[in-house]
Amino acid sequence: MKKKLTGAQIVWESLVREGVEVVFGYPGGANLPLYDALPNYPIHHVLVRHEQGAAHAADGYARASRKVGVAIATSGPGATNLVTGIATAMMDSSPTVFITGQVMSKLIGYDAFQEIDVTGITLPITKHNYLVTDVREIGAVVREAFYIARTGRPGPVLIDISKDAQQNTTEWEYDDSPIQLPGYRPDLSPSRQDIQRAVEMIQSASRPVILAGNGVIASGAMDEVLDFAEHTNTPVAMTLLGLGGFPASHPLALGMMGMHGEAWVNMAIQEADLLIAFGMRFDDRVTGNLKTYAPKARKIHFDIDPSEINKNVPADAALIGDLGETLRQVLDYIQPCDHREWLETIQQMKSEASAYNILNHAGQKHLYAAHVIDGLWRTTGGDALIVTDVGQNQMWAAQYYKLDKSPRFISSGGLGTMGFGLPAAIGAKFGSPNAEVWAIVGDGGFQMTQAELATAAQEGLKINVAIINNGYLGMVRQWQEFFYDRRYSATPMRSPDFVKIAEAHGLTGLRVTRRADIEATIQKARQIEGTVLVEFRVEKEDCVYPMVPSGADLHNMIRRPVPSMVFEEEEQNEAE
Amino acid sequence: MKYTIVVLVENKPGVLNRVASLFRRRAFNIDSLTVGRTEVPDVSRMTIVVDSDELNIERLTAYLYKLVNVIQVNNLTTTPSVNRDLALIKVQASDENRAHVMQIVDVFRARIVDVTNNSLIVEITGDEEKIEGFIEVLRPWGIIEMVRTGIVSMARGGSSLLVESFPVSNFSRVAV
Repeated sequence: MKKKLTGAQIVWESLVREGVEVVFGYPGGANLPLYDALPNYPIHHVLVRHEQGAAHAADGYARASRKVGVAIATSGPGATNLVTGIATAMMDSSPTVFITGQVMSKLIGYDAFQEIDVTGITLPITKHNYLVTDVREIGAVVREAFYIARTGRPGPVLIDISKDAQQNTTEWEYDDSPIQLPGYRPDLSPSRQDIQRAVEMIQSASRPVILAGNGVIASGAMDEVLDFAEHTNTPVAMTLLGLGGFPASHPLALGMMGMHGEAWVNMAIQEADLLIAFGMRFDDRVTGNLKTYAPKARKIHFDIDPSEINKNVPADAALIGDLGETLRQVLDYIQPCDHREWLETIQQMKSEASAYNILNHAGQKHLYAAHVIDGLWRTTGGDALIVTDVGQNQMWAAQYYKLDKSPRFISSGGLGTMGFGLPAAIGAKFGSPNAEVWAIVGDGGFQMTQAELATAAQEGLKINVAIINNGYLGMVRQWQEFFYDRRYSATPMRSPDFVKIAEAHGLTGLRVTRRADIEATIQKARQIEGTVLVEFRVEKEDCVYPMVPSGADLHNMIRRPVPSMVFEEEEQNEAE
Repeated sequence: MKYTIVVLVENKPGVLNRVASLFRRRAFNIDSLTVGRTEVPDVSRMTIVVDSDELNIERLTAYLYKLVNVIQVNNLTTTPSVNRDLALIKVQASDENRAHVMQIVDVFRARIVDVTNNSLIVEITGDEEKIEGFIEVLRPWGIIEMVRTGIVSMARGGSSLLVESFPVSNFSRVAV
């Protein structure tokens, strides 16, 4: 039955119909009608401290729950503050809907107070966006927005609604007819021919490697990938956002590939005769120099987005469609393969690399970030939901927190957004309330969005924040060390007393300076009610190894100096 | 090489901006772009001439399809088709040379659409080659002002470009 509703009410009615339970936002002049109507709806609103926080929280929520995350902001500065978060969601294909207030429609185009062309600004960083000035369009637009955000290759959709459209009334009833978008067909599938071609290549390969990306998790195709890998005995390398898409403890799991990937993973890719890419886009951080990338390998590219095929790496076969569905079809034709020799070669490379691993050194004197992440992994049984910031902390988290499930790793991959960690962790906790959420952040990134601690405190949220504090903008410092003759320009950073910062918010702050205290402190943090901040004062000038310098060949890695030799030398110096 | 791409889009505000913005964002150079209505009221048709290569045109096609308002993309570069550009050329025409100019206009089957004591506006339609030739011949007489619409293109034969079903085949062609 039709009801007479305001535009604002139609927005909330529609969100309820889409199954939205929580939104992250910040009120202002142009979205006041929305906020005025909100208390009448069963939707929890989380008041952030900056709209960027709302955007990251919606993104974190979406990645943790695989539902659409929603953020709300006012016009002008409210909308522009969302931009970094929208771009982050776009680069990582995160299903999100952003709703911004806009000035009265009659003022649009006249540079009114807090007027900004947000649909223009967000055109290249949204999957689609809308400007709504007619109350009668709101219902249909919200439905379309959610549909577009979650189908096909997911992504952010922005709806800009003028204040008068929020205020005006119209007769409304929920429309559940199929959505008509003549130019939007997210339901592509590969042809029989494409599948046959891929199967032949898979069957005839002798050194295949699977490259598992974000698409494995987005498609929910973890089981199919596992089936495929086991059936064909193919080792699985993961991108940063693919972590958790294949169990790290599985014998066929290789680990992370790319700039900070494990040495044997990158070597295996360079030696492979077939790369089978699942929902990944051959980003430059993954391939290194494209001219020398996997020179012996043919490539099969599975992706739901046709524009990714042949974009960076030419594909010898392309299967366009939902990964899970496509793999089920492919598996029908696949005969088991035996790649024992190839797997042994990789195992050989893997054991050679263990000497470089800082974890394999017994010395207790130094507190390395690797020890912190490893301690966290042990203490939480590998089952925490890890949300990282960007930089060294992110890479260490990726290397040392071994994931067997997904979604268990949330990180800003494509855009590399510092400040993502804390607000995304808040969103992730709402998206996955039963998960043990750990934000792993650096001292730099944490301070970019530190204000969201107040949000966590106000919400009474239980998350834990591990600050990997090395007193530097560590990843930039690392580049300065390797490529700029150690000129540490603008990277040393003095931080506030993080324990007191936590206490100022009525939260608990803990500090670890010795390796021996890692696990006990983490255990303590887990048991304390409410958000806990743990500061780990780690080695100041440690680097993330291995490292493929930007644009270098994937096999040309900077390796960690062998720890046993470094430590012995130090001890000798001390003895003298 | 020059490619002629016909893009059928939903007739909605902002769609031209989305398409033009895509070309800018992905660093494609537009030679000419025209947009206008079609036989279907809700569908607009763009003819875009772009200087590129085969691989990049495939990329461009895939990117265009990612725009929600883009219904269909066709590459007419090698399809037998009718290509037309329209130019309005204001040319100097004093009493002494007017007859010469009018002769040239006749030869090219152009039309005079405005006359003053010392100028003519000439309208010419044709493919790019014809119009370029016409302009070259007129130039010595003194071109005062000129405007061109850019190419519009239509495939020969009895059917409409706008197909009912979605052209999935365009996607599989993307793969080598």
